[in-house]
Amino acid sequence: MAKTIAEKILSNHSGVELKANDITICDIDFCFGQDGTSSIIIDSFNKLRQDEVFDAAKFAMVIDHSSPSPNIGVSAIHKIMRDFAALKKVKLFDIGEGVCHQLIPEQGFVTCGDLVLGADSHTCTYGAINVLSTGVGSTDLAIALASGKNWFKVPETIKIVVTGKLPDGVYSKDIILSIIKDIGSHGATYKSIEFHGPVIKKLSVEERFTITNMAVEAGAKCGLMEADTKVINWVKAHSHKKPNPVSADEGARYSAIREYDVTNLLPQISMPHAVDNVTSVDEIADVRIDQGVIGTCTNGRLEDLEIAAKILKNKKIRPEVRLIVAPASKDIYLKALKKGIVGIFIDSGAAVVVPGCGPCVGTHNGVLADGENCISTANRNFKGRMGNPNANIYLASPATVAASCLEGKIQDPRIHKKRLKR
Amino acid sequence: MKNKKLGHPRGLAHRLRIRDHINTDYIISGRYKFRIRDPKDLAKYVFNDLDPEFHKKVKKGDFLIAGENFGCGSSREQAPLALKALGIKAVIAKSFARIFYRNSFNIGLMLIECNTQFIDDGDILELDEEKNIIKNVNKGLNIDIKSLPLIIKKILEDGGVVEHFRKHKGFKIES
Repeated sequence: MAKTIAEKILSNHSGVELKANDITICDIDFCFGQDGTSSIIIDSFNKLRQDEVFDAAKFAMVIDHSSPSPNIGVSAIHKIMRDFAALKKVKLFDIGEGVCHQLIPEQGFVTCGDLVLGADSHTCTYGAINVLSTGVGSTDLAIALASGKNWFKVPETIKIVVTGKLPDGVYSKDIILSIIKDIGSHGATYKSIEFHGPVIKKLSVEERFTITNMAVEAGAKCGLMEADTKVINWVKAHSHKKPNPVSADEGARYSAIREYDVTNLLPQISMPHAVDNVTSVDEIADVRIDQGVIGTCTNGRLEDLEIAAKILKNKKIRPEVRLIVAPASKDIYLKALKKGIVGIFIDSGAAVVVPGCGPCVGTHNGVLADGENCISTANRNFKGRMGNPNANIYLASPATVAASCLEGKIQDPRIHKKRLKR
Repeated sequence: MKNKKLGHPRGLAHRLRIRDHINTDYIISGRYKFRIRDPKDLAKYVFNDLDPEFHKKVKKGDFLIAGENFGCGSSREQAPLALKALGIKAVIAKSFARIFYRNSFNIGLMLIECNTQFIDDGDILELDEEKNIIKNVNKGLNIDIKSLPLIIKKILEDGGVVEHFRKHKGFKIES
């Protein structure tokens, strides 16, 4: 039977030939938690009354969501994580290391064809490197930690084909926002999305992560891409684990096939308070900006910082605007320092903060005041997401965020066209 | 409330003004879930950004009613934990987001998928698990419930996935 990527990877990990909607038990290649979810992982693991973790090398914890700790409650949770890591001899990424979804692939824990669980909804990110990775809750993660397994329902797959030529000043963030606008925030609930087409092939691996990162914003279980040479080379440069590339078969069954031509795509903005509430930058009325954020698991990678720096170089953000930049990992931070990018941000008036989730989850690092507007490269703009239910969050590409901070209002980045030529 | 004659659990329906896409940030905001460990303390902050008084209205055994895609967004298990600690017997919605769906059954919170169009805030509901229906007592309606996969049924019967896993020394996916 011809199979989708999800059907193949799950079959490979269960020892049974599977098709969509089958329920099965699979072996897990890697699993992890972050500081919002790990204390419950540890509680549930202890309740399972198993002395040891299944395989200490297949688990990690990352302190990224509230890092360094902003209050006593969070400090207690971080301590529980540190104590558990020392006791079970498992890997802990402590403060300043970066966001879990950057660290897991960057530090080589996953490779093409793997099946990965993370106690964080944006675990779908690694689909860009051909990993079936999906977010679960803490107790599901504890089961995997204790047994090396969990149960799965094989998802149906939506095939998305991206065609045309991506214009200058328009990025993979704009592509995924326009797709989510079209299919809606539950258009892919429980499904796998496969991203195909010439535009995807042209994107760098970093740009592809932005797309698969947001698959869950359409409700998807995972967002998958095939492993081309770029992916294989990227994985080999970051991991010792052998890639086992998995492609979709000719004639695989899809629940829907959608094609998007991006030739005329404009920069996209997701407006408060829903990710699928998307419009083009030319259709948005003047929106005052109080704060900008560049970073997060969606757009905190070196290429994202480079694009923003191209726009900000030798310019100043408006004095009434704050711009917060959070590199997605220590490695990215160091590279950005060497390239002079961090200096460009600081000179422009931005504040560069510790690698991690930054202000995205509303616990610290830039909580908004009542009535304020923020434009962010993150993936969620729910009411209250950044710590204040009376503030508004707009989502956009790093270029749009940088351009907007220079103007003090939401701004089409294509006015900097010369700086943004590919 | 309990209908003694039939033995079916009864409870009040609670419905927010927002019907669809109620995300886990709304159920329990990151402001609280990152620093509070006890679900009973968290329960006071359920829907804090939408209706700060919500937690005072719920009595043990009541039902929470929603539309499409309930529980979308973050993977936080604190969302179903806080709803359960508040005393919610079951969340009844047209559809649920994937991670929230698994999390709820894993921690022993019942989810019911059915048409919720004709359930209003304040209606009295009765759950009949044998007939697989929800009875809207106020409106005299019987609403069919979508049946659950076997593995989910077993996990719920066993009181959560930890208990299930310990009892069966693994998962029981076939009868």
